[in-house]
Amino acid sequence: MNALVSPNALTGTLRPILSVRSVSRFYGERIGCADVSFDLWPGEVLGIVGESGSGKSTLLRCLSGIDRPDAGEVLFEATPGADFLEIFDLPEQDRRHLMRTAWGIVHQNPRDGLRMNVSAGGNVGERLMDRGDRHYGRIREAAADWLTRVEIEAARIDDQPRQFSGGMQQRLQIARVLVSNPRLVFMDEPTGGLDVSVQARLLDLLRVLVRDLGLAAIIVTHDLAVARLLTDRLMVMKDGRVVEAGLTDQVLDDPQHAYTQLLTSAVLAV
Amino acid sequence: MSDQPEMIRVEAVSKSFTLHNQGSVRLPVFRDVNFSVRAGEVLVLAGASGAGKSSLLRILYGNYLPSSGRIEIRHDGEMVDIASALPRTILEVRRRTLGFVSQFLRVIPRVSALDIVRDPLLARGLDPAEATERAGAMLARLNLPERLWTLAPATFSGGEQQRVNIARSFVDPSPVMLIDEPTASLDARNRDVVVELIAEARSHGSAIVGIFHDETVRERVATRWLDITNFRAAADAA
Ligand SMILES: Nc1ncnc2c1ncn2[C@@H]1O[C@H](COP(=O)(O)OP(=O)(O)OP(=O)(O)O)[C@@H](O)[C@H]1O
Ligand SMILES: Nc1ncnc2c1ncn2[C@@H]1O[C@H](COP(=O)(O)OP(=O)(O)O)[C@@H](O)[C@H]1O
Ligand SMILES: [Mg+2]
Ligand SMILES: [Mg+2]
Repeated sequence: MNALVSPNALTGTLRPILSVRSVSRFYGERIGCADVSFDLWPGEVLGIVGESGSGKSTLLRCLSGIDRPDAGEVLFEATPGADFLEIFDLPEQDRRHLMRTAWGIVHQNPRDGLRMNVSAGGNVGERLMDRGDRHYGRIREAAADWLTRVEIEAARIDDQPRQFSGGMQQRLQIARVLVSNPRLVFMDEPTGGLDVSVQARLLDLLRVLVRDLGLAAIIVTHDLAVARLLTDRLMVMKDGRVVEAGLTDQVLDDPQHAYTQLLTSAVLAV
Repeated sequence: MSDQPEMIRVEAVSKSFTLHNQGSVRLPVFRDVNFSVRAGEVLVLAGASGAGKSSLLRILYGNYLPSSGRIEIRHDGEMVDIASALPRTILEVRRRTLGFVSQFLRVIPRVSALDIVRDPLLARGLDPAEATERAGAMLARLNLPERLWTLAPATFSGGEQQRVNIARSFVDPSPVMLIDEPTASLDARNRDVVVELIAEARSHGSAIVGIFHDETVRERVATRWLDITNFRAAADAA
């Protein structure tokens, strides 16, 4: 872009891992999301909040390569220092590979992210095989290790996900996503259908993992307390557009936009 | 004192709140505040309830947005304007330079008191064993019974939670510390410990801005005063 920029200025944390430029997606006449732009930096956790129907999931599906935006660009740095890739310019197969290796997607419903007829160990190990690992013993060991990290007893490695509770399935999904050591993780309402005590445990686990692994993450939630606990930055969406963005505690404690003030005042204490 | 570097420089800072969902009423708080704080100083904010002391402190931390003005904090030898910095810059400044001690502990589920106090040390790269030792020493100094150290503070009393919070903040004092009524629910003995901790942080070169309910605490820690009511903004039509 600019020949005078020193190469050092373009590497390490001096460069975003994801650069989103004017992304829009429409469903016929209806706006899914419109003109969304932001940069995400390595290790940064971005929250997307807004009421139901505000376009959070639509945006996440565009950013994570699931749905093609009608306009705009999603640029991704697949390995540190590598050139940005426009993910929708990639051949379908390359994009799918990227989605399984360089980043991870945690779905709201664990059924969408797990293979329900494959054992817990198989669900986790499969991702290592995607990365080219072929050593059975090592894969099984890594799978057992990850089950323990998400607080599932290693003894249950041969059980199928359907034998697990909702909270365990969600933790298994997280292990499956994180085992391949992604640079960027997308989560859509990761604590969605879980009861409060199970949520608290999962949140604490996510908080620790995200921090220890230095992951960049984008988390969609309508729960402001979840956003406060897990995210560094927030984007507030309404009718498909970003109406306010900034440091999480600033947006929640001193909201500037009428809609954000409404959202934060609707909750007792976040 | 004047040979010490300026750590905080506040230039022409004004604040008003606009409550969009309550008839768009505009609440002016203060206007055109200017001051600076050098390393080793404790600036005490004074002024009646509602004058804007906490709002000013939160603006310094990047938690509230000023309506106008600059807030420069010395970070790694350079002045960073908190009012216009990117979120990740503010977080980095907070991690290494800028600490906030509030009256309330924000309890994180399932994290023990000792881990809460250890956390800032680990985040700054200290060896875990040493971090544990220093965290324990700080909790002991604030008279928190050792049987509580491994428990999550959700069930602690107000004063116990407050002491965990203070221990976390003073276990490794930041170069710039912002303190909002840290002694509100403490007994005299623990209040004295807090006064000592502030004096120690100051002697190690921290620049401190604080709000203290207790007049004797205020008198003991202050090196300078700023009365925020002097900057009262009129409810004008601006
Ligand atoms: N997030 C906010 N949104 C709207 N108004 C606010 C907000 N925070 C503070 N205010 C208002 O700003 C004014 C200053 O409040 P602030 O808490 O700064 O006062 P204070 O001097 O710290 O008072 P006290 O001594 O009672 O703690 C008050 O009128 C308060 O209601
Ligand atoms: N597959 C779809 N077909 C048509 N409209 C859709 C589709 N998915 C979402 N929408 C619409 O797009 C808007 C944003 O929806 P969505 O992204 O699911 O919001 P959120 O995740 O914030 O609840 C809504 O008006 C929704 O009805
Ligand atoms: Mg959704
Ligand atoms: Mg106050």
